[in-house]
Amino acid sequence: MGELIDFRGYGWMLGEGVQVTILVGVCSIALALVLGLIGCWGKLSGNRAARIAADIYTTVVRGVPELVLIILVYYGITTLLQYLLQLALGEEVLIDIDRFSAGVITLGVIYGAFATEVFRGAFLAIPKGQVEAAKAAGMSPLLMFRRIMMPQAWRYALPGLGNLWLVLIKATALMSVIQLDELMRKSDIAARAVKLPFTFYFAASVIYLGITVVSMLLQHRAEAWANRGVRRA
Amino acid sequence: MNLEVIFDNWRFLAEGVILTLEITLLSLAIGLVLAVPAALMRLSRNPLVSMPIYAYIFYFRGTPLLVQLFLIYYGSGQFREQLEAIGLWQFFREPYFCAVLTLTLNTTAYTAEILRGAIQAVPHGEVEAARACGMSGALLYRRIILPKAFRVGLPAYTNEVVFLFQATSLVSIISLLDLTGVARILISRSFAAYEIWIFAGAIYLAISYSLIFFFRKVEHRWSGHLRDRPGAQAAAVEEAVALR
Repeated sequence: MGELIDFRGYGWMLGEGVQVTILVGVCSIALALVLGLIGCWGKLSGNRAARIAADIYTTVVRGVPELVLIILVYYGITTLLQYLLQLALGEEVLIDIDRFSAGVITLGVIYGAFATEVFRGAFLAIPKGQVEAAKAAGMSPLLMFRRIMMPQAWRYALPGLGNLWLVLIKATALMSVIQLDELMRKSDIAARAVKLPFTFYFAASVIYLGITVVSMLLQHRAEAWANRGVRRA
Repeated sequence: MNLEVIFDNWRFLAEGVILTLEITLLSLAIGLVLAVPAALMRLSRNPLVSMPIYAYIFYFRGTPLLVQLFLIYYGSGQFREQLEAIGLWQFFREPYFCAVLTLTLNTTAYTAEILRGAIQAVPHGEVEAARACGMSGALLYRRIILPKAFRVGLPAYTNEVVFLFQATSLVSIISLLDLTGVARILISRSFAAYEIWIFAGAIYLAISYSLIFFFRKVEHRWSGHLRDRPGAQAAAVEEAVALR
């Protein structure tokens, strides 16, 4: 049993991997939140074109496996950008997107679609009367959004967003497919180097589990904070 | 656009789709059967029964599927001698077996958790009424609690089915030729990356929404007794008018 916890000097690789995993996760969720707000605006706005665009976005992203999207975006986005720039500038431009950005863009785009649905539900949960009252008080749309809608939408959206983060941090493991040096790939390299696959994959899984537990605790805190003004039954 | 590569390889692609569906259905079927006792054990008042199941569910829900897949497929190699000694190595050597085992263990954990929530959502009154009728134990579960729980848990289970179906694309990483695996091989041969990825994506999309459509139908069917009869509103209006 001793060999199960003996990393043969490769334990530091897992530490390095965790940092990249968390960094990718945080950047991706930030992008996903921005895309989610835009998508939610598209779905709830009166603009027909925006609504259709947002509907296509969420339908396609939620119907196709993450792995397929990751490979498609990673290999596709560079060529697409090059093609567009070539059309616009009339000369060939070489773009090289590093793996980290590609990973963040892919995960952000995928989870932006899920965030769209979470925000949509949250904004729909805000009582109509409050919006009307804000309008009657003479608030501009931006002020109304900032003072009335956003603070409440957070409260309704937090459980859904917390869930989204838990799914997203696990999905970062798929980034190992495009050779981003995150936890999964680092443990893969280490496992192959010392021929102890079970030891390293199990260690990686325990680290993911740790991230999940810490996230859940933070989510609990955040929800308590967001609900501080709400009377409990 | 080079669509020839898709037409020329339609048989290969169809085999990929079939393997994807096969792995999905196999894991879902076994997972559903195992999830029922798992959910019941999770709800047991005896901590010796509920704690191990809780740990299992927590582990499989809290770690990435890819790690679980590698842990079982590559990780089993670390115990090759022990597995050979008990004659199990011939199974763990096969990517197909490891893929189905991993997906089954994964979906069992998620399904058990869905079912647990659904069982806890069964109204106390219904259980009390059943007890008052003299039902208990297995009969109570079989006739009252489980049917109700299945109905309550169905929307969440639909999501799980779609997630598992999409998650089967990961088995291509351990060399199985499912739809994603076939697509990867065709791309490395023909370099028609866009055409093939978009085609594969479209198939996944179509099957995902077919699954959702199918489960909506089942949901509709199972909740028939909860809906108004066709024309019930009209009848109620007529009755109200007649009473005046």
